[in-house]
Amino acid sequence: MSDIAIELKGIDKSFGPVHANRDINLEVRKGTIHGIIGENGAGKSTLMSILYGFYQADRGDILVDGKKTGITGPSVAIARGIGMVHQHFMLVENFTVLENIMLGAEEGQILNAGITRARAELKRLEEEYALEVDPDAIIEELPVGLQQRVEILKALYRGADILILDEPTGVLTPAEADHLFRILAQLKEQGKTIILITHKLREIMAITDEVSVMRRGEMVATRKTAETSVEELAELMVGRRVLLGVEKGKANPGEVMLSVRNLTVRDSRGVPMVKDVSLDVRAGEIVGIAGVAGNGQSELLQAIAGIRRAEKGEVALSGSPVEVTGEADPNELRHRGLAHVPEDRHHMGLVLKFEEAENSILGYHDDPHYLKSLFLDIEAIRADASQKAERYDIRPRDVRLKTANFSGGNQQKIVLAREMERDPSVIIIGQPTRGVDVGAIEFIHKRIIEMRDAGKAILLVSVELDEIRALSDRVLVMFDGRVVGERSPETSEGELGLLMAGVTDREAAE
Amino acid sequence: MEYFDTLIVLLQSTIRVSVPLILAALAGLYSERSGVFDIGLEGKMLGGAFAGGTVAAVTGSAWLGVLAAIALAVGLALVHGFASITQRGNQIVSGVAINFIAAGSTVILGQAWFHQGGRTPPLVGNARFTTIELPFASQVADVPILGSMYANLLSGHYVLTYIAFALVPFTWWVLFRTRFGLRLRAVGENPGAVDTAGISVVWLRYRAVICCGVLTGIAGAYLSLAMTAGFVKGMTAGKGFIALAALIFAKWKPVNVMFACLLFGFLDALSIRMQGNRLPIIGEVPVQFMQALPYVLTVVLLAGFIGRAVPPKAGGVPYVKER
Repeated sequence: MSDIAIELKGIDKSFGPVHANRDINLEVRKGTIHGIIGENGAGKSTLMSILYGFYQADRGDILVDGKKTGITGPSVAIARGIGMVHQHFMLVENFTVLENIMLGAEEGQILNAGITRARAELKRLEEEYALEVDPDAIIEELPVGLQQRVEILKALYRGADILILDEPTGVLTPAEADHLFRILAQLKEQGKTIILITHKLREIMAITDEVSVMRRGEMVATRKTAETSVEELAELMVGRRVLLGVEKGKANPGEVMLSVRNLTVRDSRGVPMVKDVSLDVRAGEIVGIAGVAGNGQSELLQAIAGIRRAEKGEVALSGSPVEVTGEADPNELRHRGLAHVPEDRHHMGLVLKFEEAENSILGYHDDPHYLKSLFLDIEAIRADASQKAERYDIRPRDVRLKTANFSGGNQQKIVLAREMERDPSVIIIGQPTRGVDVGAIEFIHKRIIEMRDAGKAILLVSVELDEIRALSDRVLVMFDGRVVGERSPETSEGELGLLMAGVTDREAAE
Repeated sequence: MEYFDTLIVLLQSTIRVSVPLILAALAGLYSERSGVFDIGLEGKMLGGAFAGGTVAAVTGSAWLGVLAAIALAVGLALVHGFASITQRGNQIVSGVAINFIAAGSTVILGQAWFHQGGRTPPLVGNARFTTIELPFASQVADVPILGSMYANLLSGHYVLTYIAFALVPFTWWVLFRTRFGLRLRAVGENPGAVDTAGISVVWLRYRAVICCGVLTGIAGAYLSLAMTAGFVKGMTAGKGFIALAALIFAKWKPVNVMFACLLFGFLDALSIRMQGNRLPIIGEVPVQFMQALPYVLTVVLLAGFIGRAVPPKAGGVPYVKER
């Protein structure tokens, strides 16, 4: 018996021209929580997918419990006691919890006997690890925190001794994340080995015993968590010193530029997502909306941007009313000085198959500057795009490159450059740094502050509480479609977290 | 009593015309529940009908005909599987191609082999199926209502009819009570969940399209070996598409499929029954109108009456691992 649960030796993997993993070595000690940290696209998920048998490495060896193991597929990994909780849950949404847990481990052609056994085993696991969940609940009706619990139970049900969690806290409230960490600590106590993949430094510091840092497909360092610091890890991740905090001066709020009154919005299924929301954003201030994803922030942004019809309510832009309950015209709004950086840049902000230059004028293509009589002035568009690329440090500097070939951070900069360079008076921004690497986050944050200091009114929605607290001058918390509280950005994370979880305003303050 | 007899006759022919619909719709159910859309039910049924008619005519055995029908339909299903599962092609295009291949090649081969204008030779004796009399059917036929229903509705069908109706609860059982069914439903909703559970998505989907092939083969055999005595060109006449409509109407559930097919079959039977008959007030209804009625109602039912039919979530999408 060695005390090394997993050892990776010289793992190498390419996807076409992308070298996702280069000669990776890693040792994970038994009974520890081992963090793997790195920016988006550093190759963390690929490495873990190789360990789970989802992909095959081009080269290299995997040793489980000191024995060389050819993991040719997830079934082999499962048999070797490796379980994985994927970032996007691998659950069948219209199945019950029990059916999901049994899938692939049914024990026999006919389900009946297996169901009885699974029910008993599930009950035992629930008691042993305090992971309660109703076995007959339908997955899609469960909150994400519980869905994740089902994923963990799925792995334990298959007898996993080594549990890999890929970005597990991305979809959780701070309270749910804390609960998850308690579960993980408890699993560790029971002798399980846990590998935690994340890009959040705070999580690493909070829970891991050891941490390995990946950068651009390489394993750059492994440290004992107790012997390292957030600053060191950040530097290792990015490869240079980064400013973690955002430096900003005091806000200088002016007139109200964006005013929302009693806005109610339903989603496409007719469920009310925004309920009677009122807010003001003044020139020269950033109003941040905190909340767990799916509490109405997206619909709020869309209604203000004119791409989703509101049921009732009023919106005024620079003091003059905007049509939100009828046929809104996003183009008109744009010309009236509203810039919109949508939450989902892939579906709303960009056409990934277009060249960068084409994306850099989307929505502004009727500007005479880009036109030569009836036709687009391609030369002018490209020149304009090059200038923006220069100012926003968009790499690579090739405006004719397909947008899909840019990294997440650079794609986001393309959108920001397009929307911010038009000198708007109001900017609404959704998830400015989702899927963006640390270096670009720093740049984007600076840019947003600059815009504020230039007197723009900015409404910011983000599920990253740290980001909201770092950038905002005022924080509004949304829960279940309502603004449940307003706080200053200095308010403790715990208090904001309680508001995000639906605890009432007064209780949270206590 | 006269109305009752008319009703019995109408229901009897409803069952007759519903059988190929039920078989084809169940076939589609296996395939689509696994995430492989199949617009080629029509083509596979037609191919099966032709293979069945041909082999039965040559060998003189209806059962060998059924086997040939199944073999050919499974072959076509594997082509569809290869295109849409292995090659990750467009499932609609592949299905349409199969429909065209079946429509064209059955006529050409039929003409080349039998020189009867694309037909296969009329089947006699053991080469076709005959109806089965259930015990005591003739004795109780004169008992009013119950006896008549037993003799005329339950008794007097082809063996394939009984098989088709037995397949409805069987399919339900397979889908909801077996491991294969659990995995089949899972792979149509989220193949990623199946893959990460260590189960082969590809093999699972292939098994589903093979099930689909077997059932469309039986449906085709029913057309050329039971309902009529021999293959006639284009004899499926859109039944594969009606079955597809019934499958959507039934929201991909086996028992619903049976009732949907019986409803469509009833409309079909009614249209045949009404031809040349005078209706009170309206008078004689043109034949064409009655023939169009089932299709018109299909459109109306699909458009208005079922609410939201949510297809299997991964339907029509080839499975590619992330990245």
